[in-house]
Amino acid sequence: MNFSEVFKQSNQLCKISPDGKYLATCVQYRLVVRDVNTLQILQLFTCLDQVAHMEWSSDSLFILCAMYKRGLVQVWSLEQPEWHCKIDEGSIGLVSSRWSPDGRHILNTTEFHLRVTVWSLCNKSVSYIKYPKACQKGMDFSADGRYMALVERRDCKDFISIFVCDDWHLLRHFETETQDLSGVEWSPNGCVLAAWDSCLEYKMLLYSLDGRLLSTYSAYEWSLGIKSVAWSPSSQFLAIGSYDEKVRILNHITWKKLIEFEHPATITSSKAVVYKEVEKKPVIGTEDLSVHQIAMGSSLFNTKSNYEITSLPVQVPVVKPDTDRANPKIGISAIAFSADNRYLATKNDNMPQSLWVWDMQRLGLQAVLEQTAPVRCFVWDPCRPRLALCTGNNKIYMWSPAGCISVKVQVEGSFQVQSIMWHGSGDSLVLLGKDQLCLCYLATDEEK
Amino acid sequence: MPESSYEDISTIYCYSTMPPSRQYSHSTMPLLPVSPYSGPSDFCTENNISECMLYISQELSSLGLPSIFYDLNGIRELDVTSALNGMYDLLQLQRRTMGMVEELEVEQLKVSSDLHCQQLSSSKLKDQLELSKKENIRLRERERQLEINVKSLQSCLKNEKEEVQKLQNIIASRATQYNHDMKRKEREFNKLKERLNQLLADRKDKKQGMDVLNYVGRSDGRRSQWKTVKTDARHESEMYKTLLNEFDKHQKELMLENAELRKVLQQMKREMVGILSPKKHSQKEEKCTEFTDQQAASDEEESSEMSCEHAREKLTNSIRQQWRKLKHHVENLDNKASMVQLGREVGEQMISKDVHQDEMERLKMEIQQCKDFIQTQQQLLQQQLNTPCDEETAAVLNDCYMLEEKERLKEEWKTFEEQRKNFEMERRSFTEAAIRLGHERKMFEEDRATWLKHQFLNMTFTEHMAIKTQNALSDYSVQEQKHTSGPKTPL
Repeated sequence: MNFSEVFKQSNQLCKISPDGKYLATCVQYRLVVRDVNTLQILQLFTCLDQVAHMEWSSDSLFILCAMYKRGLVQVWSLEQPEWHCKIDEGSIGLVSSRWSPDGRHILNTTEFHLRVTVWSLCNKSVSYIKYPKACQKGMDFSADGRYMALVERRDCKDFISIFVCDDWHLLRHFETETQDLSGVEWSPNGCVLAAWDSCLEYKMLLYSLDGRLLSTYSAYEWSLGIKSVAWSPSSQFLAIGSYDEKVRILNHITWKKLIEFEHPATITSSKAVVYKEVEKKPVIGTEDLSVHQIAMGSSLFNTKSNYEITSLPVQVPVVKPDTDRANPKIGISAIAFSADNRYLATKNDNMPQSLWVWDMQRLGLQAVLEQTAPVRCFVWDPCRPRLALCTGNNKIYMWSPAGCISVKVQVEGSFQVQSIMWHGSGDSLVLLGKDQLCLCYLATDEEK
Repeated sequence: MPESSYEDISTIYCYSTMPPSRQYSHSTMPLLPVSPYSGPSDFCTENNISECMLYISQELSSLGLPSIFYDLNGIRELDVTSALNGMYDLLQLQRRTMGMVEELEVEQLKVSSDLHCQQLSSSKLKDQLELSKKENIRLRERERQLEINVKSLQSCLKNEKEEVQKLQNIIASRATQYNHDMKRKEREFNKLKERLNQLLADRKDKKQGMDVLNYVGRSDGRRSQWKTVKTDARHESEMYKTLLNEFDKHQKELMLENAELRKVLQQMKREMVGILSPKKHSQKEEKCTEFTDQQAASDEEESSEMSCEHAREKLTNSIRQQWRKLKHHVENLDNKASMVQLGREVGEQMISKDVHQDEMERLKMEIQQCKDFIQTQQQLLQQQLNTPCDEETAAVLNDCYMLEEKERLKEEWKTFEEQRKNFEMERRSFTEAAIRLGHERKMFEEDRATWLKHQFLNMTFTEHMAIKTQNALSDYSVQEQKHTSGPKTPL
């Protein structure tokens, strides 16, 4: 593993272009575009204010920079650096801004979710979509970019509108039987839309592309319900994580529960391998504490860590959440499938230091990673069954079926890894710190 | 009056007729006063003889006996005979009475002992009754308590259920209340939003707008089209096409999966039939063959009607049947194996499970090793076969190898020939030498013989000795000569 040098970034705004050639970062009000391999600066753009959101267009030709406070969106072109485009929402305010899948329209959501304005870069047309709902995930584009599902709320009732992204034609508009629809997500094959209710009620609705209700699933009532949802890349499975610390997998043929994955505090007999991160602090004698050593700094804080395989039964450290507050830190908050559909990684909020990896072929627990600090971010390699995770310290951790490694980020100064992004080819990683970023180039074969 | 005789008779009579019941006399009736003699009775004195006589006569007459006196002119004279008779009658009476008394006393004893027994048993029974009554009371008490317990628990349960129901109702009512309030607030919020929208739209200063240098072409290069009914229809049709494609793909996958599973099931069925049939006895063989025939027939049927539900059901039913049989069979084997283990019998055909398993493991390992070996052999063979890439070069190569070999062989042959010739020559020379040696030896012997003869004819004893020594010396010199003369002869 090679680490690049450290660059500045602000707001965790750092994105790799969809074609994998460029890396765009925002530093305060500047937009810096670099080449991914050489990390040389190719373009430098200056925006009018501190950038709050930055996004590549799908064809990697344009970059959108949104400044919510000013209500401005600026679009930059890589091909023609002198081209400029500025969208001013005026007094109506701006809360979110994103590209459409064809890379030629920008959807701006105004303050208070009054409406969604669709600006076109090809012509003068402007479309307005009324009554968008302010919820967890109110808008989703299908994977092929042809359809958009939008959650609307009129007269205290939830609706879903399906638009054709080609010309923003309203294809279907139907009411949903939910109390408070909280999110929608297309299946990767673009034929099924999953819609789920807020956490006050466990309800998952599955709609076909043409608006028919295919199935409803509700595991239990009264207790807090769905916390996270993920489709498997083949659209075979829908994983639902809930506040009762379980993940339920629905199958795409009957839309009934296939299996339930529990996250117990004690892991007993199973075929799982439990990796525990063990930190070894270097032993320093008193005579070593010279001024020179402290000035060097690195050796004192050079805690090495590696993984030990602990034998079952294992007690997973549990943090009891405060029951008096809303949105308790309990339940499955993050689910991710690996690219080959084989593995599922889950994180249970009241076991924040552990990450659970499940084998979807065997439908059982494959591995549990126990870290020394709460897991902040975990992402699967887009090509191989390899998982990268970070816990906010200066190491990145990787799991694959062959084993687990922990690698210290070899850069100058301290670097606390807060989030990770994979390059589309699976050969490199972008590590984001608080206001720094660095790239990690992986060798083609590794793992212990 | 002979009082002493009275005394004697009465005492004797008293003691002889002392009833045995005297010992048990406390609860019985008071006996007749047959008391031991207690001194002369002062009933009759000389003064009141006639009154006594009269009294005794009266008593006797009340007992039905004649009087003991007769009346002579107003003077009562004692009739001795009648008095004695009377006495005798009284004694008889007494004896009879005593007998009756005895009998009565015996009967009374019996009755009293019976009564005693009865009383004992009745007391025992009373005790038992008491005990069982107590037990009964205790059990009743316990039952009552348990019933009370059950009732209380049931009431608790009912209360809990009611509470749960109440809480659920409360939650439901609160939820509706919150929903209602939320809706009210939402409506108000919507009104605010619309008002805000209106106000913002009316304001002229900060307008919405996009400022772009030039418009960019669409990503797919085409021009955008007008929205007409046709485009709407086109969108609909595209959507349905997508859905149909997806369904088609799905169905194909399911069909493939189905076919695979069906194949696997059939294979399993065949294997199960195969496993089960050799183990059956000859009686069942016929049935088995029948069955396999049936199976074969049905297999054919099934392969032709792949999607028929009937065939599917038949297949699953037959698999279930076979599986049941196999399960029974395996269970039987297990039982036998366990029995064998318990009984420590290792029969001919049955070996204990552990041994069997070990054997199996060993055989499996052997099989694996053989397979690996075969694989490596195959690989090597493959390599061997792969190296001659095409026929011509192979032939040429072969020829080259052959030439090399031929050359080498020729050379070797040459050397062999040379050596052979050398050996022949040497052999010839050796034989010639040997022949010569023979000749010379013969000549030497002849010479020797003549010389000896000569000497012998011309000498004495001492000369003999001198000659002997000379002979020895001459032998030696002759040998030397021989030796020296040997090589002179041409080879």
